[in-house]
Amino acid sequence: MSANASILSTLNPTATASTDIRARLSEVDASMRNPAILFLVSGVLWLLAGTVFALMAAIKMTNPEFLGHIEWLTFGRVRSAHLNAMIYGWGNNMIFAVAPWIMGRLCRTRIRHTSILYVAGVFWNIAITIGIIGILKGDMIGVEWLEMPAYVTPLVAITYALIGVWVIIAFRWRQSGHVYVSQWYLLAAFFWLPWLYTVAQIMLVFEPATGVVQSLTNWWFAHNVLGLWLTPIGLAAAYYFIPKVLGRPIHSYYLSVIGFWSLALFYNWAGVHHLIGGPVPAWVISAGTVASVMMVIPVLVTAINHHLTVVGHHREGWRSPTIRFVVFGAINYTATSLFGSAMALRSVNEVTHFTHFTVGHAHHGVYGFFTMIMFGSAYYMMPRLLKKEWPSAFLIKTHWWMCALGILLMVFALQVGGWIQGIQLNALDEDGIPKYNFLEVVANTLPWLHMRSVSGLMLTIGHIAFAINVFWMIFNPAPKDSNTKPTLLTSGDSDS
Amino acid sequence: MKSLPLLFLGIFATLAFSWVGIILTNHIQMRELLPATSELVNSEGEPIGGPTYKDKRSGRTLLGQNVPGETPNPQPLPGSAKRGKLVYEQMGCLYCHSQQVRRQGFGNDFERGWGDRQSVARDYLLQERVMLGTMRTGPDLSNVGLRYSALWQHQHLYNPQITSPGSTMPPYAFLYDVRKISENRGGSPDAIEIPSAFHPGEGYEVVPSQRARDLVAYLMNLKQDYELPEMKFTE
Repeated sequence: MSANASILSTLNPTATASTDIRARLSEVDASMRNPAILFLVSGVLWLLAGTVFALMAAIKMTNPEFLGHIEWLTFGRVRSAHLNAMIYGWGNNMIFAVAPWIMGRLCRTRIRHTSILYVAGVFWNIAITIGIIGILKGDMIGVEWLEMPAYVTPLVAITYALIGVWVIIAFRWRQSGHVYVSQWYLLAAFFWLPWLYTVAQIMLVFEPATGVVQSLTNWWFAHNVLGLWLTPIGLAAAYYFIPKVLGRPIHSYYLSVIGFWSLALFYNWAGVHHLIGGPVPAWVISAGTVASVMMVIPVLVTAINHHLTVVGHHREGWRSPTIRFVVFGAINYTATSLFGSAMALRSVNEVTHFTHFTVGHAHHGVYGFFTMIMFGSAYYMMPRLLKKEWPSAFLIKTHWWMCALGILLMVFALQVGGWIQGIQLNALDEDGIPKYNFLEVVANTLPWLHMRSVSGLMLTIGHIAFAINVFWMIFNPAPKDSNTKPTLLTSGDSDS
Repeated sequence: MKSLPLLFLGIFATLAFSWVGIILTNHIQMRELLPATSELVNSEGEPIGGPTYKDKRSGRTLLGQNVPGETPNPQPLPGSAKRGKLVYEQMGCLYCHSQQVRRQGFGNDFERGWGDRQSVARDYLLQERVMLGTMRTGPDLSNVGLRYSALWQHQHLYNPQITSPGSTMPPYAFLYDVRKISENRGGSPDAIEIPSAFHPGEGYEVVPSQRARDLVAYLMNLKQDYELPEMKFTE
């Protein structure tokens, strides 16, 4: 009963807490309203665009003739358009909606001059659009995660700076005495990304470094976009929403300190594990492998901290869309990171490197962890920004089941299929001749790739349900009596 | 966390650590690397059997010098291959094909015939864009220029099913002109031979565009068929 009361009070945008804090928070919400809605809507549109590219690429993987006569839609370009639409379009727009808002709320500071944020947001999306068209028309740069042509770089960098600076400003003029763990992660991430991006652009695009230094820079950058940008922001959101919605403090302050510093120390060395066996100095690979394995520490520490906060409150959590998505993301963070550490071991890497296993791992991290947490964040934020409730619990449930089961199926298909692919690529008969010729290995991956396409369809249904709910909510006229009840997914005991 | 300068310093130092370690250190190290002949000699012109030698007079370890008159490797790409590399990049070939041979015993790159020696950093020295690749949906291409003919490459690009039935590689037919054979001038000398099952029809020919010819020139130039002081062919 009391637990139910607490979850209701935390979910309900109009519930009464300390009036003073509530007034401040509502000021933050009001200041972020327009830019955050812009970023959320752009993010959702990019999510849909990225999903279309993803489906095309998935079908092409098994049926190469599909749209094969159109140069703009050849596999290499569609695949890169998918990645860039998802990372820079969907992921970053969501981050730009969620991060300044959480930072503003935790610092109890309004985000000022939001028109700058708004205009920068418009230009950010123009830059990404030009970048993706550039990829499709053949101006792609052959560097993974940096495919967008050099002519959009300045616009991307400037608009990023104009958006990111508000997170730093909010922190600089914070009104709260205590600095919460989410704030460390946000501050660090908004400092790390520009450094990564600048170095990568200079050393790969504008003044390419000598030989394989390019490859080292490439994976230092690309893996750190995951590790020092998406991950800290996903964790910051998890650290914010889990205690907020469940109405109980985070399990341990000290564990969060250890988790933060060990992540900062180890993650940024891990990226070179993408070059194991490659023509780069062996000591770099060894250092990368050590760092990847050491990542077990921050991952387990964070897992303990998150899951001990949730434990015993699973029933209330299940009722809240935010908690469903965020806790699912947190669980997958633990799982995918432990997989990642294992994949950096040379003996495992010998099998998984160059196979679909790695693709499965990438989706496990970016989707199963990061994207799911961003979905959860949107479910919490939007009612507070718009002062309306989600119009349809059915659509939320559709979104939840399709995406949760879809991503699990995708990771299963790609990782089992990829493992078999790796084993077969490496298998030798007693005469030392490969057991399977290359085309046999290709043929044996097809059933798994078909399964992946099915999982992609499930995610597509989930995304459409989410998009309908978002636009329905935005265009729904506000109810006259704004004291509405939050949209919950199951009815609690006290309600019935 | 109370001490904010410490927080900021930590955030700065952690990334600086890997930046210096992974990028700057290797950047400085690689600047010393130059194209080399398969054996290096000391200042007296004697072979030294490795990349460095100990100077007799000063006792210092010095880098060996190239054998005069021999061609140092790697060599820069000829112009058409350079243009072809751009086509390779713009088509996103790197997302399915790697360009790195791993050492014997780690995977079976040797057994698959992808190379006779491990690829080393020096092989990539002159490349303006290094595309080592991280996927092998298709085979490794470090030495693809040694494995097939230019005609094979054209047929394979036009429709991979011609040469590799069951392949999942996309067709690049849009790099080829399928056109009517001119009645006055006759067939084009550049037209490629296409087996009847895939042929566009009587009176038609398949002519590679400039981009297709450049791409094949690049593919035919992909070969690590030389030895370096630090890496010899495996018997």
